[in-house]
Amino acid sequence: MASKLTRANRTGWLMAFPGVALMTLFIIVPFFLAFAFSLTNQRLASPNAAEYVGFENYSDLLGVAVFTLEPERDDSGAVVRDGDGEIEYPRLRNFTRNNPDYPNLAGKREWFSWQSGENRVVVLASDVVFMKALVNTFTFVLFVAPIQAGLALCLALLINQKLYGINIFRTIYFMPVVVSIVVVSLLWRFIYSPGDGLLNNVLGWLTFGAFEGIDWLGRTDTALPSIMAMSIWQGVGFQMVIWLAGLQNISPTLYEAGEIEGASKWQTFRYITWPGLRNTAVLILIVITMQAFALFAQIDVMTQGGPLDSTQVLVFQAVERGYGKQDISGGSTISVILFVIVLSISLVQRYLTREK
Amino acid sequence: MAVVKADNRGLRLASRYAVLILVAIIFIFPLLFMVMSSLKPSSQLLLDTKSLRAFLPVGELSLQNYTDAFVRAPIAVFVLNSVLITGVTVLLCLFVCSLAAFAFVFVDWSGKAVIFSILLATLIIPYETIFIPLLLMVSQLPWVGLEGFELGWLNTYRVQIAPFIADALSIFLFVQFFKDLPKELIEASRVEGASWWTIYRRVVMPLSGPVIATAAILKFLFMYNQYLWPLMVVQEEAIRPVMVGLGYFTDQLNVPWGEVMAYLTVITVPVLAFYLSLQRVFISSVASTGVKG
Repeated sequence: MASKLTRANRTGWLMAFPGVALMTLFIIVPFFLAFAFSLTNQRLASPNAAEYVGFENYSDLLGVAVFTLEPERDDSGAVVRDGDGEIEYPRLRNFTRNNPDYPNLAGKREWFSWQSGENRVVVLASDVVFMKALVNTFTFVLFVAPIQAGLALCLALLINQKLYGINIFRTIYFMPVVVSIVVVSLLWRFIYSPGDGLLNNVLGWLTFGAFEGIDWLGRTDTALPSIMAMSIWQGVGFQMVIWLAGLQNISPTLYEAGEIEGASKWQTFRYITWPGLRNTAVLILIVITMQAFALFAQIDVMTQGGPLDSTQVLVFQAVERGYGKQDISGGSTISVILFVIVLSISLVQRYLTREK
Repeated sequence: MAVVKADNRGLRLASRYAVLILVAIIFIFPLLFMVMSSLKPSSQLLLDTKSLRAFLPVGELSLQNYTDAFVRAPIAVFVLNSVLITGVTVLLCLFVCSLAAFAFVFVDWSGKAVIFSILLATLIIPYETIFIPLLLMVSQLPWVGLEGFELGWLNTYRVQIAPFIADALSIFLFVQFFKDLPKELIEASRVEGASWWTIYRRVVMPLSGPVIATAAILKFLFMYNQYLWPLMVVQEEAIRPVMVGLGYFTDQLNVPWGEVMAYLTVITVPVLAFYLSLQRVFISSVASTGVKG
């Protein structure tokens, strides 16, 4: 009876059609196009038709080689040293340019290197800027995801108290979430100004003048951490609210039982609150990870990837190539790499936190 | 003895509030600074960062920054564009997504399970990963408008609206809500001979206030704050939204911070006021993206 009443093939299709069509056209098709373009040399506006190039775009981005430089030796076999006693090495360029003996090094540049005895081990990459973007993005996620999730949980516990006026505080903590990340980035760019910037001054007061001003966004060692701190500040209210919803889903009878058993505050958290938040935790980690990998506006507004590529990230690179240089295939390749990373991490997170 | 206990409790309460207030300051100070600075001339603004004056409405206060900012950039146009783009997208999203969700929950049709899981799978695709191929795609899409046939969607309102009307999260929110509505309601209406369209319009949607608010608020925040996409597809001033309009101030050699603060205040304070007046709904909307996932 019920099935006859609710069976309506044509109506069902008609009603779902607008949504399905729009999502197909604007999400699913471009998603597959990204894979397709990444195998070609497609450009945004070009008189020539795109050609299939196989995995060239991927090897241009991901190509890495390790090469050991041996010291220059004189005729007697002794290591040649320069005036300061530093070991002299042959120039890398001799191996990476037009050297038929080392085809795997052709066109690559030095990414980083370290000393190993007398030798120097050099890691070369086809695209050093991309590699830096990759590493920076991972660094960003590895710091931001756990810190933001942890702080958000602290805030949620703080807000979950039964105190007069607690709603006012909840409202304030959530406020940065409704403000655009572009606005927030620009505000913080000013706060992070070198010299007499607001943050430098505040830290100066707190330390009674002992703190020396830092050019937060202008130094390679502080630029990315500064952007991380700001991103956490902006987003933490979002996760706080999700944790809070999780907290309020835990049955009060469990807490009553705990009280009767004489559980300490820590035991209550460890054995009642935390297990009750498991699903929330999985969700929060996945959401933060996805958001963090997609970071763009902060970089674009605050540093443009600088100084010295210390804040290059994947989406910024994808945009710089796909839009800035009109290299759709290069931008698409970075997008595909980004998607594969996000997907694998979500799958791993899901697997690690599966119901046992 | 009793006095000591009461004192203790008072102290503990006071320390709790102290922590809450301290944290509140951390969240509120940049925004307070933004509004206060927008009222000060740039020279004073930079000096005031040396003291607490940065957060107080003191010194030479005027709306000069606002007038200057409006002269430098067509801010009214940007705001109007953002309101138009956001408003149209939110309305279309509510209609299209609720209709699809209705079909997925209440109507039986062949293929719906497969299609629903495909749509749901797109939740894992960040928009940022499809923007580059989408950019090429929209630059070649045809359109038949009042001026006849044309090729390419760049520099239009539609390119800022159409891609964001339907999304998995909005459909999912409606589906979750519809599932909790009593099925008998729909069956009874069917028995009485009501058409599907009538049931959607007269029975289901009037009951869906909370989920409509949730979906609308999430879409509103997403659309109003859009940055990357309009940055790529809009070059013309006349259709530029607010976030991209910021470039008029930041691309200067000497950033006019007073004007920047005025512009930021203009585009942020209405949203904050909207949030403050509906904070309960805003917060529960965001929370609902988490609970049921």
